[in-house]
Amino acid sequence: MADNPDNLDDSRRRFLGIATGATGAVAGAMFVVPFLGSLVPSKRAQALGAPVEINIGNLETGQMARKQWRGRTVYVVRRDEEMLKRIENTTPQVADPDSAESEQPDYASNGFRSLKPEFLVVFGQCTHLGCAPSQRFEVAPPDLGQDWLGGFFCACHGSKFDMAGRVFKGVPAPLNLPVPPYRFIGEDVIEIGTETGAA
Amino acid sequence: MARAESELQIGQKDGGLMKWINDRFPFDKMMKEHVTEYYASKNLNLWYVFGVLSMVVLVIQLLTGIFLTMNYKPSAAEAFASVEYIMRDVKYGYIIRYMHSTGASAFFIVVYLHMFRAMLYGSYRKPRELIWLIGMIIFIVLMAEAFMGYLLPWGQMSYWGAQVIVSLFGAIPGIGEGLVDVIRGDYSISDITLNRFFALHVIALPLALVMLVVVHILALHEVGSNNPDGIEIKKKKDANGVPLDGIAFHPYHTSKDLVAIVVFMAAFFAVVFFAPEMGGYFLEHANFEPANRLKTPEHIAPVWYFTPFYAILRAVPDKLLGVILMGAAVVIPMFLPWLDRSPVKSIRYKGVITKSALGLFVVAFLFLGWLGLQPATDLYTNLARVFTVIYFAFFALMPWYSKIDQTKPVPERVVMKGAEHA
Repeated sequence: MADNPDNLDDSRRRFLGIATGATGAVAGAMFVVPFLGSLVPSKRAQALGAPVEINIGNLETGQMARKQWRGRTVYVVRRDEEMLKRIENTTPQVADPDSAESEQPDYASNGFRSLKPEFLVVFGQCTHLGCAPSQRFEVAPPDLGQDWLGGFFCACHGSKFDMAGRVFKGVPAPLNLPVPPYRFIGEDVIEIGTETGAA
Repeated sequence: MARAESELQIGQKDGGLMKWINDRFPFDKMMKEHVTEYYASKNLNLWYVFGVLSMVVLVIQLLTGIFLTMNYKPSAAEAFASVEYIMRDVKYGYIIRYMHSTGASAFFIVVYLHMFRAMLYGSYRKPRELIWLIGMIIFIVLMAEAFMGYLLPWGQMSYWGAQVIVSLFGAIPGIGEGLVDVIRGDYSISDITLNRFFALHVIALPLALVMLVVVHILALHEVGSNNPDGIEIKKKKDANGVPLDGIAFHPYHTSKDLVAIVVFMAAFFAVVFFAPEMGGYFLEHANFEPANRLKTPEHIAPVWYFTPFYAILRAVPDKLLGVILMGAAVVIPMFLPWLDRSPVKSIRYKGVITKSALGLFVVAFLFLGWLGLQPATDLYTNLARVFTVIYFAFFALMPWYSKIDQTKPVPERVVMKGAEHA
C-alpha cells in the first residue's frame, strides 16, 4: 500500500503529521522549561532577600541612614517638622502627589508616604534607570536653584524628588521613589522587607 | 578566465593529497566560489575595506578573549582583582587586555563605517536586502556582546551601566519587573548576573556572531558585491560568464585589503600602546574603581559607541516611550531596503535632496553620540530632541524624498579614474 501513491490515505497522513508535530511542539516547550527556569533568582538569591533590620535609635533629625535589602539600597530619613511642612509646599509641583501610580504598601499611601511621619523609608533607586539619588535636604542650594525645598536629586539624568520621595514634574523619572514593605520592631528598630506589613 | 585557471594549479593535479581531499571535501570548489573566482567590481574604493577590517577585529577579539578567560575570574568577589592581576602580574597580560578593550571600540568604528558605506552606495537595495538584514542582526548581537563584556571588569561604570541598561526592560508594561529579575537572576546586578553575562559574552554571543558572519558572507557571495556606482556587474559578462567589470577577489581585492589591514593595524596598535584609555572614551575613568552598589558615579555615560542611542533615550521625558524610541532607533535601519524608493542605488547618481538628507543624518548621529556623553542639561536635552527628530525623519520620510529626488543617469559600466573601458 505504501509503495502505491494512488492508495495513500491522505487524511491518515495528515492526522499523523499533525499529531507528530503537536507532540514535538509540546516536547519542545517542555525542553525549554529547565533552561528558562534556571534563569530566575535561585533559592539562595531568594533566601538572601529575607528581611533585614536597621537600628534608628541614633539617627538624628535631618540625617539619613542606608541599608541594603535584596541588593537594593533603602534610605531611612528622620524628618523634622520643617521638612514635613515643606512636603505640603511641594505638593503642587510633584507629578504623583497622592502616589496613585507609585509603588508602596497601603500603610505608606499617605501624604508623608510613611508609617510614622517622622521616618521616611524608601528605596534609594531612581525610578528612571535605577541610579542612587543623592540626599539634598538643604533649601535653595546654588546648583539646584532658589525654589529647591530639599529632597533627593539624581545626578544621572537630573530627576528630582521631594522630602517624601515624590518625583517632581518634568524630569525623566516617571514615579515616586518606591517604598519597601517595613514595620517598626519596638521604638528604635525598623524591619525592612517584612512580609506582614504594619505593626 | 585564463588568469583564474592559473591561480588554481595547486588543486588541479591529477593525484596527490589535494585530489584525495577534493574527492572527499569540496576544497577547490569552495576556494573557487568564494575566493579565486568570486568576482567583485574593479572600482571598489576605500569604503570597501571595512568589511574585511571587521573580520580582522573579530579575530583579534576572539583570540585575545580566549587568552583573557585563562586568567579572568567571573565572580563579583574576584573579577576586578583578576583584571588587575592580568594588567600587572600576567606577562604581556596588559597588552592582551588593551587589545581586547581597544578592539571593542575598533569593532564599532569599522562596523559603523561599513554600515555607512552600504548607505552611501545603496548596498542594502534589491537583491541585497537579506545581506543588510543579517548585517543589522550582527550589529545588534555585537551591541549585546559589547554590553555584557563591559560588566565583566566589575568596575563602577560596569556595574552602574548594567544597572541602567538592564532596568530599561523594566519599562515594558506587565512583564517588565519579572523580566528584569530573570535577566539579572537576582534582585539587583550581582555575582549571579556577572556569571551569566560572562557565559553569554564568551560562548553564546561569539558563537552566534561567527555563524552570522558566515551567513552574511554566503548571502553576499550569492548575489555579488555592490560597487560605488550601484551597478549590477553581473548584467555584462564576457563569453566565459565572468562579469566584464569584475576582478577576482583573490589576488586582486585581497592585495588591496592587505594594505588596508596593515594601515589599520598600525593605527590600532598605536592606540593599544600609547593611548589605550583614549582619554576615557575607550576605558572610562570611573571603571578603574571597583563596583560599589552604595555609590552611583556622579555621571553615568555608556561607552561612546552606545551614546547616540543613549541620547535618544534621554531625550524622551517618558520612560517607556524613551525605551521604545531607543529600540526603534536601533531597529529602524533594517527597513532601509524598503524605504528607499530611488531609481538609483548609489549616492553618485542621487539628487541633492538625498545627499542633504544623508548629510543631515550623519550630523545628527554624530551630535547624538556627543550629547550622550554629556550630562543632561536642559539645553543638551533639547538639542538631543532636535537631532532625534532628524534621525527618525531621515528614515520615515525616505519613501517620499527618495522618490521625488532628481537623479542622474546611471552609466552602463562602472566608472574609474584613469581607466577607460576597452
